[in-house]
Amino acid sequence: METLKGFIDKDKNLARLLIVFVVVFAICAVLKGSLFLSVSNFQSMGKQFPEFGLLAIAMAFTLFTAGIDLSVVAIANLCAVLMAKVLPTLITPDTAASQATMMILLACCMAVMVGVLCGALNGFLIGVIGITPILATLGTQALFMGCAIVMTNGSTLGGLPKQLSAGINSNVAGIPVTILIFAVFAVFSAYIMSRTTIGYKLRMLGTSEKASTFSGFSNVKLYITNYVLSGLLSAVAGIIMLGRFNSAKADYGASYVMEAILIAVLGGVDPYGGKGNMKGVIVAIIIVQMISSWLNMYEGISNFYRQIIWGALLIFVLIYNYIVNEREKKKAMKG
Amino acid sequence: MNWKRVFKSTEFYVAVVLLLLCMAVQIKSGQFFTGNNLVDITRAFSIPAMFCIGEMFVIITGGVDVSFPAIASMSMFIVCSEMEHMTSNPLAFFVVAMFIGLAIGLINGFIIAKFRFPALIVTLGTSSICFGIMQGVFKSREYPLCAPLYELGQTKLFSVTNSVSGLTSDMPIGVILMILLIFAGWFILNKTMLGRGIYAIGGDVKAAQRAGFNVFGILMFIYAFSGCMAGLIGVLRSTMLLAVHPNNLEGLEMTVIAACVLGGVRMAGGKGTVLGALLGMALLTIVDNSLILLDISTTWQKVFTGAIIIIGTAASALQAKRDERKLTVKLNEGGK
Repeated sequence: METLKGFIDKDKNLARLLIVFVVVFAICAVLKGSLFLSVSNFQSMGKQFPEFGLLAIAMAFTLFTAGIDLSVVAIANLCAVLMAKVLPTLITPDTAASQATMMILLACCMAVMVGVLCGALNGFLIGVIGITPILATLGTQALFMGCAIVMTNGSTLGGLPKQLSAGINSNVAGIPVTILIFAVFAVFSAYIMSRTTIGYKLRMLGTSEKASTFSGFSNVKLYITNYVLSGLLSAVAGIIMLGRFNSAKADYGASYVMEAILIAVLGGVDPYGGKGNMKGVIVAIIIVQMISSWLNMYEGISNFYRQIIWGALLIFVLIYNYIVNEREKKKAMKG
Repeated sequence: MNWKRVFKSTEFYVAVVLLLLCMAVQIKSGQFFTGNNLVDITRAFSIPAMFCIGEMFVIITGGVDVSFPAIASMSMFIVCSEMEHMTSNPLAFFVVAMFIGLAIGLINGFIIAKFRFPALIVTLGTSSICFGIMQGVFKSREYPLCAPLYELGQTKLFSVTNSVSGLTSDMPIGVILMILLIFAGWFILNKTMLGRGIYAIGGDVKAAQRAGFNVFGILMFIYAFSGCMAGLIGVLRSTMLLAVHPNNLEGLEMTVIAACVLGGVRMAGGKGTVLGALLGMALLTIVDNSLILLDISTTWQKVFTGAIIIIGTAASALQAKRDERKLTVKLNEGGK
C-alpha cells in the first residue's frame, strides 16, 4: 500500500492516466464483451497504433520544448514515397531472398536519413533563423508534401516488393512486428526524455528559453536535436505506413496531425512546454487506440463521428488539465 | 509622409517582389496584364483575401485560427442542404450561415479567452468537430446549388474578353463584399478603440489589461468575428463556384496564415497592417496563377508555396533579430 501511494504521489499524471486506461478498458470489455477481448482484436489494435503512436511521440518531443511540429505526417509520407520509388528498381521478382532483405534494410536506412535531414531543416529554421515553430513547420509541411506530390504526380505508388509488406505485417511469437518496432522507439524516447542530460536540457528549454541560454546550453543545438528526433520518429512511422498500406501517397494520414496532438496533450505534455513525460504519452496512445477500436465495433458510427469525438476530447482534456493544475497551485499556495 | 519609414517596411518589400513577379510573368508569357487574367486573379484572390482580414485580427493578438475553413464549409453545407425548400431569399442563407459561424466562433473565443490555451490547438479541435459534424451528421457530398443562390452567383459586375485567346472572364459581385470587408477591417484596426485593444493585447496582455482594455471581450470579439465572417464567406464561395463543394476549402488556412505573415503580420502579435496581409495574399495568389501561365506543372504548386512561406518568414525573422540586436546595443550604450 505504501509503495502504491508513493507511486501515485511521484507521478500523479501517470496514475490518473492508468486509472483512465482501466476504466476505458472495463467499459469496452463490458459493452462489447468477447468481441473486444478476442485475441484477433488485440492483434489488429497492435497493428494499428504504432504508426500514429510514433507520430504522437514525435509531436510530444516538440510540444515539450513549447514548439510544435506540423510536418510530421508530411515527413512520414515523403519517406514512404521515396522508398516506394526506390524499392521497385532495386528488387525484381528474381532477386535472391537474402539480397532483397538487405536492399529493404538499406532503403529503410535511407528513409530514416531523409527524415533526419527534414528534421534538421526544421531545427535549423527554428533554432538558427528564429522562425516560430508553427510557421516553420507549416512551411516545411507544404514543402515536403509538395516534393512528395512532384515525385508521385499526385497519384498512389504501388508495385512494392512483396517482402516489405510481408515483413512489416508478420508476427513474431504472436506479437506483430510493428509493435516491436514501436516498443524499441518508445523505450528509446522515454529513456532520452527522462534519463539523459539531453532530456533534461530539453525540459529546461521548454520551461524557459532564456533560462536555458543563461545556463550555458546551446539552444540552437537543442532545437536541432529536438526536431531531428521528431523527424526520425516520423520517418519510422512512414516506413510502417508504407508496409501496412502496401502503397505510398503524398496525402495519407491527414488526420494524424490532430490525433498526435490529442495524444500528446492527453498524455500530460503541456503545450506551453517543459511538462510531461513519455510514459504518459505511451499510455495515452493505447487509450486512444482502444477507444478507436471500440468505436469501430459499432456499425452505425461512421469514421466522421470519430473526428467530432477527437476534437471534443482534445478540448475537454485541455480544460481538465487546466482545472487540475489550478487546484494544485492553490494547494501549494496554502501549504 | 515619412519615406524612410516606407522603405523600411515589410509592405514595401512585398510590393516590390510582387511587381517584379508580375513583370517577369508578363515578359515570359505576355498574358499577365490582359483584362481577363486580371479579372481571374481578382476572382481567385477575393475569397482568401476575405479570410485574411479575420485571421489577421487573430494573429495580431498573438493567436492563430485554423478553424475557419471548417466553419465556412460546415455552415455553407448546412444552409445549402437544409434550407433549400424553406426560402427563396438569398439573403436568408447568408444570415443563417453567419449565425452558425458566429456560434462556433464564440465557442473558440470563450475557450481561448477564458483559459488562455494555445489557440492553434483549440481551433484545431473545433475544426475537427466542424468537419466531423458536416461529414458525419449532415453526410456532406457534392450538392447542386439551390436556385436563389445560383441566380445570385450568375449575376456579374462586368465581363472581359481576351482578344487573343477569346476567353471570357466575369467579375463576380462578391468582389463588392470583399471591398466592404477590407474597409471594415481597416476601419476597426485603425480608427476604433477596439483596434487599439487588438494591438495592445498582441504587444503585452498584462499591459493591455492594466491599461483598462477588456481583454476577455476583445478576444471573444475577434474569434466571433472570424467565425461569423467564415460563415458568410462559405456561402459566398458556393455562389462563385455555382455548386456546393464541401471539401473545397480544406487546407486554405495554411495559405491564409502564410499570406498574413508574409505581409508583415507578426506571429508573436502586436504588429501588422491590412495592406500588408493583402499584399501577401496577392503574392501567393499570383504565384499560383502564374505557374499555369509559365507552363510549370501544377504538381509543383505546393513546393513553391512551401518555399515562399519559408523564405518569407525567414526574412522577417532575421529582420526581427537584427532589430532586437540594434535595440540592445542602443540600450547598452544608453546605460554607459
